[in-house]
Amino acid sequence: MPAFLSPELGLIFWQLVIFLLVLFLLAKFAWKPILLALKEREDSIEGALRMADQAKIEMQQLKAGNEKLLTEARLERDRMMQEATQMANQHREAEKARATAEANTIIQQAREAIQQEKNAALAEVKNTAAKLSLDIAERILRRELTDPAAQTQLVDSYLKDVKLN
Amino acid sequence: MKRLLSILLCFVSLSVFANEPAGEGAKAEGFNPGEMILHHIGDSHEWHWLATDNGNFTTYLPIIAYRPGKGVSVFSSKHISNGESEGPAKEYDGLKLDHEKLVSTDGSKVYDFSITKNIAALIGSAVLMLVIFTAVASGYRKNHGRAPKGIQSFFEPIIVFIRDEVAKKNIGPKYERYMPYLLTVFFFIWFNNLLGLTPGAANLSGNIAVTMVLALMTLVITLASSNKYYWAHIFATPGVPKPLLPIMIIVEVIGIFTKPFSLMIRLFANITAGHIVVLSFISLVFIFKSWAVAPVTLAFGLFINVLELLVALLQAFIFTLLTSMYIGGAVEDHHDADLQMGYDDGSASTHAH
Repeated sequence: MPAFLSPELGLIFWQLVIFLLVLFLLAKFAWKPILLALKEREDSIEGALRMADQAKIEMQQLKAGNEKLLTEARLERDRMMQEATQMANQHREAEKARATAEANTIIQQAREAIQQEKNAALAEVKNTAAKLSLDIAERILRRELTDPAAQTQLVDSYLKDVKLN
Repeated sequence: MKRLLSILLCFVSLSVFANEPAGEGAKAEGFNPGEMILHHIGDSHEWHWLATDNGNFTTYLPIIAYRPGKGVSVFSSKHISNGESEGPAKEYDGLKLDHEKLVSTDGSKVYDFSITKNIAALIGSAVLMLVIFTAVASGYRKNHGRAPKGIQSFFEPIIVFIRDEVAKKNIGPKYERYMPYLLTVFFFIWFNNLLGLTPGAANLSGNIAVTMVLALMTLVITLASSNKYYWAHIFATPGVPKPLLPIMIIVEVIGIFTKPFSLMIRLFANITAGHIVVLSFISLVFIFKSWAVAPVTLAFGLFINVLELLVALLQAFIFTLLTSMYIGGAVEDHHDADLQMGYDDGSASTHAH
């Protein structure tokens, strides 16, 4: 067997010792931190991608939600406007009706007052006329009674009047 | 590709053996390609960087020898290395080198724990890996949670590829426990394959002792993480008639060991073969002793070298992939094929939930 085909004890020994030493040192100071860092970075990249996807979905949901909210708000506004208009109309109608009623009452009262005033005025006119006629009659009577013929004539005319009534 | 290189390896090594008897005669000519190649892919006790007319640039590495009864002796290989020169082997402290093999002068047993060229390269690559990957790890601390920067961004896709395409696909949900081993073994093989292609460097990942240790580690991890389904598959292979079971058990038990054995041979053969092919093309210049052959050498050498760059990555990937497949087979909870066969022969109750 040629020399290069027979393994030498010294080289086997040193190879074993040095390789195991290198294996141990590299495992501790190189491979472990390297593999850990690689894994961490891959995890963080994967996590970031997943988060971006999630954010996209959330964004879409948010957008859809906003749209819905906006539509709702618009509907609400329309409804409120309608209600307000309606209420305003109602209020106006009511106010109008109340005003009309009040005006009517005032007119009625005024009418009544006028009627009363008229009655009172008429009564006063009557009274005054009666008083006046009594005065006139008195004066006439005072002058007439001095003449008996005229007296009789007067009485007769009264009687005639009474009969006519 | 692999087969081609293996054939080339066989061819080249055969020719080396064929040259052996003629080698003595060839020595007079000064160049023996077989010897040169084997010297380059083999290990040595000094690091020979390059040779010039003014001499050799060599780093002498420490010799650490253990002899039962005599204890441990440590000294520089300068004392026993002959360098490139021929002559009687130098002796020091009762030790000498016989074709790069440390032997004692009195013939007693020597355990060689020397820091050879390969071990020096091993330490160098280990330090390089530690520096690079702690730098990568510090990048993750600095740019926490942000995009990678600099060296971090070069290695991140490779790490992620090993994790997602190799570990997760073949091991399944329990892959995390095995990631440190898979990453270390992948980068260890890749770095050393590339460093081995550097001129003047050691052929570490093409050394059978190195690939053997790596394959044994895969075997140990596979066996340590095996569950009952793994063993059930070996000792009671589903869908196999009872009379055939003894044969199947033998085959499956052998299979436990052939898997890491193939890992060992594949990496060793691929890398060593690549080196041998490149060196063979370079040797052509010295064999023909002509400048005319240089363009051929250069073109083929470059082609094989570029191919080796690819093989360096490919072999690291294959070793890691097969390791994770073996681990995956050991930790798998339910075998779909078993389930299918279980229904066929009416023993579905064992798989029923």
